[in-house]
Amino acid sequence: MQTTFIVHVEDQPGVLTRVTSLIRRRGFNIESLTVGHTERPGVSRMTIVMDSDERAVPRIEANLYKLVNVIRVENITPQPSVLRDLAMIKVAATEASRGAIMQLVDVFRARVVDVSPDSLIIEITGTQDKIDGLVEMLRPYGVLEMARTGCVAMARGSNVPVLAAADRPVDSSAVEFDSGVSFSV
Amino acid sequence: MKKTGAQILWECLVREGVTDVFGYPGGAILPAYDAMLGYPIRHILTRHEQGATHMADGYARATGKVGVAIATSGPGATNMVTGLATAMMDSSPIVCITGQVGSRLIGSDAFQETDITGVTLPVTKHNYLVTRASDVAPAVREAFYLAKTGRPGPVLIDITKDAQQSQAEFDYDAAAPRPHGRPGPPPQEAQFREALALIHAAERPVILAGHGILLGNAMSEFKAFAERTQIPVAMTLLGIGCFPASHELNLGMMGMHGEAWVNTAVQEADLLIALGMRFDDRVTGTIATYAPNAKKIHVEIDPAEINKNVAVDVGIVGDVRDVLARLLPAVAAGDRGPWLRKIDELKGSTAVRDIKNLADDGHLYAAHVINDLWRATNGKALVVTDVGQHQMWEAQYYHHDVPRSLITSGGLGTMGFALPAAIGAKIARPNAEVWVVVGDGGFQMTMAELATIVQEGIDVNIAIINNGYLGMVRQWQEFFYERRYAATPLLSPDFVKVAEAYGIRGISVRKRDDVIPAVQRARQARETVLIDFVVEQEDTVYPMVPAGAALHQMIRRPSPIAETGADA
Repeated sequence: MQTTFIVHVEDQPGVLTRVTSLIRRRGFNIESLTVGHTERPGVSRMTIVMDSDERAVPRIEANLYKLVNVIRVENITPQPSVLRDLAMIKVAATEASRGAIMQLVDVFRARVVDVSPDSLIIEITGTQDKIDGLVEMLRPYGVLEMARTGCVAMARGSNVPVLAAADRPVDSSAVEFDSGVSFSV
Repeated sequence: MKKTGAQILWECLVREGVTDVFGYPGGAILPAYDAMLGYPIRHILTRHEQGATHMADGYARATGKVGVAIATSGPGATNMVTGLATAMMDSSPIVCITGQVGSRLIGSDAFQETDITGVTLPVTKHNYLVTRASDVAPAVREAFYLAKTGRPGPVLIDITKDAQQSQAEFDYDAAAPRPHGRPGPPPQEAQFREALALIHAAERPVILAGHGILLGNAMSEFKAFAERTQIPVAMTLLGIGCFPASHELNLGMMGMHGEAWVNTAVQEADLLIALGMRFDDRVTGTIATYAPNAKKIHVEIDPAEINKNVAVDVGIVGDVRDVLARLLPAVAAGDRGPWLRKIDELKGSTAVRDIKNLADDGHLYAAHVINDLWRATNGKALVVTDVGQHQMWEAQYYHHDVPRSLITSGGLGTMGFALPAAIGAKIARPNAEVWVVVGDGGFQMTMAELATIVQEGIDVNIAIINNGYLGMVRQWQEFFYERRYAATPLLSPDFVKVAEAYGIRGISVRKRDDVIPAVQRARQARETVLIDFVVEQEDTVYPMVPAGAALHQMIRRPSPIAETGADA
């Protein structure tokens, strides 16, 4: 079963390692993990998609909360939510095949972001299924290279995971233990 | 007021109530050692950094206070890993401080540089790399807060040499730790109601009592709960001492080397009430057949433990003492007469070696030694054991009535733990009678700390259970590897002479008649005495649940003799 967690963490060196090390040593399996900045300075947001059985979900959540730098963990799997992946696909394209490929790009509402005499780079944003679908259609032409971001997710509606007063306040000037290594992806 | 990072470190430690630290100096921690002389701190110089961590651990377990160990960078820090892992597995609150190379040298493979925060990530509750003097106070204060709150555990603070040397404004109050973790557990009304209903309906309940009761100081609430509900108590190895062994509701230790009646009672129970324990595989045997007819209530401070190993019917997240205090006024007095009589019958039909009547045929049995030690010390010693057969015999034959009177490495099973942990325990509780019970294998792992004992004038007595084998491994080879004793016969030096070389009195005991006189001589001496008990070589810990077997499928003692009251 795929489970999607939104994890807010302190934007500090080593936090990504702490999260991934925990998940690895507890034997949980990551399908995808993305990290980036949030609307709040000093707070990063991870979207972690995991393959887990139902009984493991509360334990993953509880284990994540044991990490001091984790501010908030939310399992958004049961909620209506928007899940997006971004992919760049470099596909072989000759003069003869380019037209057909461009049509596929239109159908999938993707974009061509680079054209060369014998290849194209296509950028597509969407659910994993949609991207997988485009990749399948492009395969006969020759997929030369692909880069995907992994899933980012957000629950629908105006409910936001409020980092309430009870949450760990983040004051980056007071909590910075600077090793000079940045972990942001 | 401006202070150096090193001064801020000691200032914070002193304000945290630290009076003793265990450590070993070196290049990257020199500024901290130099500043130490200006503070009211007793430093115990160990002979190995692993020893320092076990001493801090023993100190913490003997009192509940946070133990502190200090070491230099590189090898000093990596030598702490075993001690950190030991403390992590057994939820022991310690803070380890390591020096680190200068911040500009980090990542350059400088002399004695190791990424110790990376190395210790999985074996600490949290760790810090501090590269600025201004970060020392918040790190130290948060480390102490984390080590002792919630489920206790070890925290490591790695401080670069320049952070120790440079100056920063010191403001203790501004460095106060911030709360962390999930906002308090939910009210859990429903869980309490369900737990009470299960307790009231149960006819064959058993309490599984763990370390959490000791860590949470829940002993009196727990005793009141057991007595009010009349539910018998089985203990984990680390739970020993949380409930008096002499209490009529006490069953004893459960699990791999638990007595048959304890494990049978667990398997036949219709309700298990697990308090501050984590269903370790050494306690459950194979999960598939574990307590098949029992509903299960799990009270545990760490929510990640609920449903980890054993699926439970009711999980209550919280401090055991708080939970029991809330259950006590609501729980009805119980009458478990038939169930308790049934367990008594199990006891009667179960093989227990009769210590008194065990043939005195010129051989010395470890069980004799432990049981005689129990008698000679009136059951009041603080016993620190190592890992292996002697550890299980101690758990079986030394009956602990008092909390925090057994210190042992349970989860990690760290050989070499006993001697240094005992030193830490004695520093923490100078008036306690401390006994080290240790095998000939584990003793040789950390016996260099004998020098620490002498240099620091420490009075702990040492009982080596010397059987010439790595006994527990040998036992597994006997049962499961057709007695092919690969690498288990063990040559040891003459321990009496080793002791004497350190200036410690040594006694060798080979006959049962000499056990109690030797123990009494050691007790009367006002200094450490080492007794080398040369025991039967191929003796075995019974009963034994083979790994992967069901809890009730024990290898029983070969010649059952009924227990006599005098030996219980």
